[in-house]
Amino acid sequence: METVSYMPGCTLKTAGKNFEESAIRLLEILGVTVEELERWFCCGTTYSLSSDNLMNHLAPVRTLLRAKETGRRELLVLCSMCYNTLRRTQDLVLHDQEKRDKINEFMYREETTFSGDEVRVVHLLNYLKDNVGFERVAEHIIRKPSDLKIALYYGCMLLRPEEVSIDESSEDPVIMEELFSSCGIEPVYFPFKTECCGSYQTVNKIDIVLSRAEQIIDSAVNNGADMIVTSCPLCYHNLDSSQERLADTVFGFRNIPVIYISQLLALLVGAGDAADYSLHSVDPRPVLKEKGLI
Amino acid sequence: MIVGKRLNSIGVFICHCGINIASIVDIEEVKKQLSVYPGVEFVKDYQYMCSEPGQLLFKQACGSGTVEGVVVASCSPRLHETTFRRAAIEAGMNPYRIEIANIREQCSWVHRDEKEKATEKAVDIIQSVIERSKRNESLTAVSIQTTKKALVVGAGISGMQAALNIANSGVETYLLDREPSIGGRMAQLSETFPTLDCSQCIMTPRMVEVGQNRNITLLTYSDVEEVSGYVGNFKVKVRRKAAYVDWDTCTGCGICSEKCPKKVPSQFDRLLGHRKAIYSPFPQAVPNKTVIDKENCLYFKTGRCRLCAKACPLGAIDFEQKDRIEEIEVGAIVVATGYDLYEKEKIEEYRIGYCEDVVDGLAFERLLSSSGPTQGKVVRPSDGTVPKEVVFIQCVGSRDPNNHLPYCSRICCMYTAKHAMLYKHRVPDGQPYVFYMDIRSGGKNYEEFVQRTIEEEKVLYIRGRVARLYRENNKVVVVGADTLSGKKIEIRADMVVLAMAMRPSGGIEELSKKLKIQIDGNGFLAEAHPKLRPVETLTQGIFLAGCAQAPKDITDTVSQAGAAASMVLELLSNEELSHDPTTSWIDEELCAGCGQCVSQCAYNAIELDEKKKKAHVNEILCQGCGACIVTCPSGAVHQRNFTMSQYYSMIESLV
Amino acid sequence: MDRPNAESAAFKSNEIGADRNDYVLKRKDRSMNLKLSSKELKKEGIEKTVEISEANIYSCYQCGKCTAGCPTSEFMDIPPHEVIRLLQLGQIEEILNENTIWICASCITCAVRCPKGVDLSKIMEALRQIVLRKNVNHVHPNKVSKEKLQTLPQIALIANFRKFTH
Repeated sequence: METVSYMPGCTLKTAGKNFEESAIRLLEILGVTVEELERWFCCGTTYSLSSDNLMNHLAPVRTLLRAKETGRRELLVLCSMCYNTLRRTQDLVLHDQEKRDKINEFMYREETTFSGDEVRVVHLLNYLKDNVGFERVAEHIIRKPSDLKIALYYGCMLLRPEEVSIDESSEDPVIMEELFSSCGIEPVYFPFKTECCGSYQTVNKIDIVLSRAEQIIDSAVNNGADMIVTSCPLCYHNLDSSQERLADTVFGFRNIPVIYISQLLALLVGAGDAADYSLHSVDPRPVLKEKGLI
Repeated sequence: MIVGKRLNSIGVFICHCGINIASIVDIEEVKKQLSVYPGVEFVKDYQYMCSEPGQLLFKQACGSGTVEGVVVASCSPRLHETTFRRAAIEAGMNPYRIEIANIREQCSWVHRDEKEKATEKAVDIIQSVIERSKRNESLTAVSIQTTKKALVVGAGISGMQAALNIANSGVETYLLDREPSIGGRMAQLSETFPTLDCSQCIMTPRMVEVGQNRNITLLTYSDVEEVSGYVGNFKVKVRRKAAYVDWDTCTGCGICSEKCPKKVPSQFDRLLGHRKAIYSPFPQAVPNKTVIDKENCLYFKTGRCRLCAKACPLGAIDFEQKDRIEEIEVGAIVVATGYDLYEKEKIEEYRIGYCEDVVDGLAFERLLSSSGPTQGKVVRPSDGTVPKEVVFIQCVGSRDPNNHLPYCSRICCMYTAKHAMLYKHRVPDGQPYVFYMDIRSGGKNYEEFVQRTIEEEKVLYIRGRVARLYRENNKVVVVGADTLSGKKIEIRADMVVLAMAMRPSGGIEELSKKLKIQIDGNGFLAEAHPKLRPVETLTQGIFLAGCAQAPKDITDTVSQAGAAASMVLELLSNEELSHDPTTSWIDEELCAGCGQCVSQCAYNAIELDEKKKKAHVNEILCQGCGACIVTCPSGAVHQRNFTMSQYYSMIESLV
Repeated sequence: MDRPNAESAAFKSNEIGADRNDYVLKRKDRSMNLKLSSKELKKEGIEKTVEISEANIYSCYQCGKCTAGCPTSEFMDIPPHEVIRLLQLGQIEEILNENTIWICASCITCAVRCPKGVDLSKIMEALRQIVLRKNVNHVHPNKVSKEKLQTLPQIALIANFRKFTH
């Protein structure tokens, strides 16, 4: 049994419960024990883009210090915002000596310092590819869906900037496609897979999110997808919860359920029964039933 | 070799170089100090020694017989050493008795704020050069015989033009190309801007001329295998690739191709059409012979077929043929290997929208060409329908230092306008769009051509780059911007043509290593000087022409080819060439035969005689870099006029 | 489609003693006439933007690829490439009068695609910071409705407040 340190982030315990729960169960079946960090801090959700304010980097660095203290080389994250923020902060500390020194000096109460290369922040997808291997994932499949077509949605934070991208190409990534193809599910052509969902504008400028969600969902539906599969709790929320309004206001709008990658994988390996379907705005159960997954 | 003999009287000239030297270095003070320096016969100064009156002064001093050597304190020797040496020859003094003391780049220009110290430094510099100059010997330039033949590598329009110019002056020329036929890229084009001449029509007469010229030997379907030698005396090993067809017998009748059952996507048609496994690249090929593509031939793969051999009325098919190496000797080489396009797969944000209907510029040329895969009808490669909305995108991969290539590919603005215009001629109810950043149309009649495209053909020019392409319902959606109106633009196109960046032909790196010429930062062949020596390389005897050196259109290519040819003729018209004699030589009495100098020499100029266990320097190949001198553990290597005692004397004078 | 109205509300007629043909014209906020000088170009706001973003605004050659790829540009008063152009021209006030920097979703697509390596996402952040650091909030956390606080995922709220409050 391998063990990996894990940092959930704020949302995975509440709105993103399905993501965390299915991922942990999936990894268990694959022989990986997930050990949540004893103490972790909200990463701040967005990597601070101003070059002159180091306060915003403290929280991610502290989390990375906690990860360093476990002695394990890798820190698994599921939330794409956490992934992006932690990765970018880690790169900043690694490459900018002046900032690194200032940060470590400020956090003098910490028992150890952080120099950027002690911990490798790894997203679930990279972990499944590099540490577990997609073939090993496929070997554990006990339930194959009948003719399920999925649209794999990456969103922004897993891919941009290129230095932190989970796949070699941030414009045309294929890691999710490789994963699900290995599992026998063919993804559909989905040109909006890397297009932004509107992100935090969902709080007070819902029109932006509605417009983006409409375009993304239309593309998935028009290309024949039965479900949208995503890896980001914010994308999930935006695409899932806007559908009610869109169905009311847009003529001819067709709903499509949205689920997390780990939820789908958990169903394939027979570990998907603990999902809380009440967290879905568009109920995926009809499609899942039709395709023989539940 | 002469130890002890010194030149006793040295004349010194100090150049003001206008204000470049004189405003910082106190010339009068320098003159005062130098005039009492031992061995100095006179010290004169002048405003501009490189000017005619300056040169006159210099020549008078050289020819006067009162001095045995001259030191000119001026700018860097890189600029005028040759000037002064030539002047010395004219005045009757051995040119290797002239030395330059650099008091500009190494003194006045770098110490602008410290005039007093700069003056002292100038005196020091000149004194050290005077000391060195006292130990100079008279040297005679080495003379080289030249082979009165030339090799042109690459038989596109630039290679053909250069070959014709050289051959028509009576010099035998070899014209080599790796394709089975000459013609290069122009053979693939439809019509050329701005006149819309049919490309093949204007070029094939040249091709025929080349094919029939008594002084041109065609070496097609060949590669440069190895190059040795030096200017005037190159030995080139050429690999004549096995065509599996006896070209002496083949008449180009084409029956073999007709009968061949294997279709292969045609590189010449940019994969839009097919050719057979035994093929001639295009109907007007010169030489008009076929070759067998071994990778795709059924006989080579499976041992069955041989329909071509059965069909050939002259029995010209020869499956047993092997590559053979021919060795040729030439005096000069012109490299004219042309260009290819940057691969469109490298543009990640467009890749997701690729399909058969997204093509690059050369592929669109094949569609437009009347001898192309669609006989000149512009249709969608996917379903053969006529596209009504066609988007042309300029600058794909070019002018993109962050992700792709930083340079401008120069021809895309013009050929895109041409494409849009020709498309409109053939599909009058179609709508062409061009996404551009700038329009670069500086050639003769080019601007008028572009304006005609916009005004008369009503092509919509949209100023902005395209962010991405994607496929939807059998169309390609183009998402770009128009910065002039500040709006995002989306077009559902039937066809998209990408003006991909130009890059030099594949294999240029290996070829440049064989020829020992340089490549610039962008992969193109490096010219000796971008302004004044655009067709020469830093390797004597090797010249450049065409797009191998930098992106350019046909007009400039032909001009450059003519220039390269004229430099070849200039080189070969001399009975002898002279080579700088400041080369190294080896004192056999001291040489231990360790061979370290041999491996150090970047020019392969030193050979170790295994029997005598002594090394020997080939004066003609030696470039006088001095690496062998510092390498030799026995101190057996010396350099003429750059001896150790000269260096010591300079150091002593400075310290 | 509405028929164009020649008497649309864009023009207001002068009430007192009005002849129906008199219009009161308001000079547009966006000045159509720029008087440039080196002082104008080196305004404090411009230097501050460059300092906070560490981006070279002068590298931009206005190709428009950022605008073409921006997911939220249809809601912006001025497109992204115009923001950089105005910075190059020293017109930072004009940018801060428009909604563009508050519509940006920080998706980083522009920075990834820029052929000149200009990090526009950092420039947008710098412009937001210039406003926010004057103790001005774009979003008021204490005014977010209870319903939203309960239904929106935390990362949405936190990200929003990080970007839009001081």
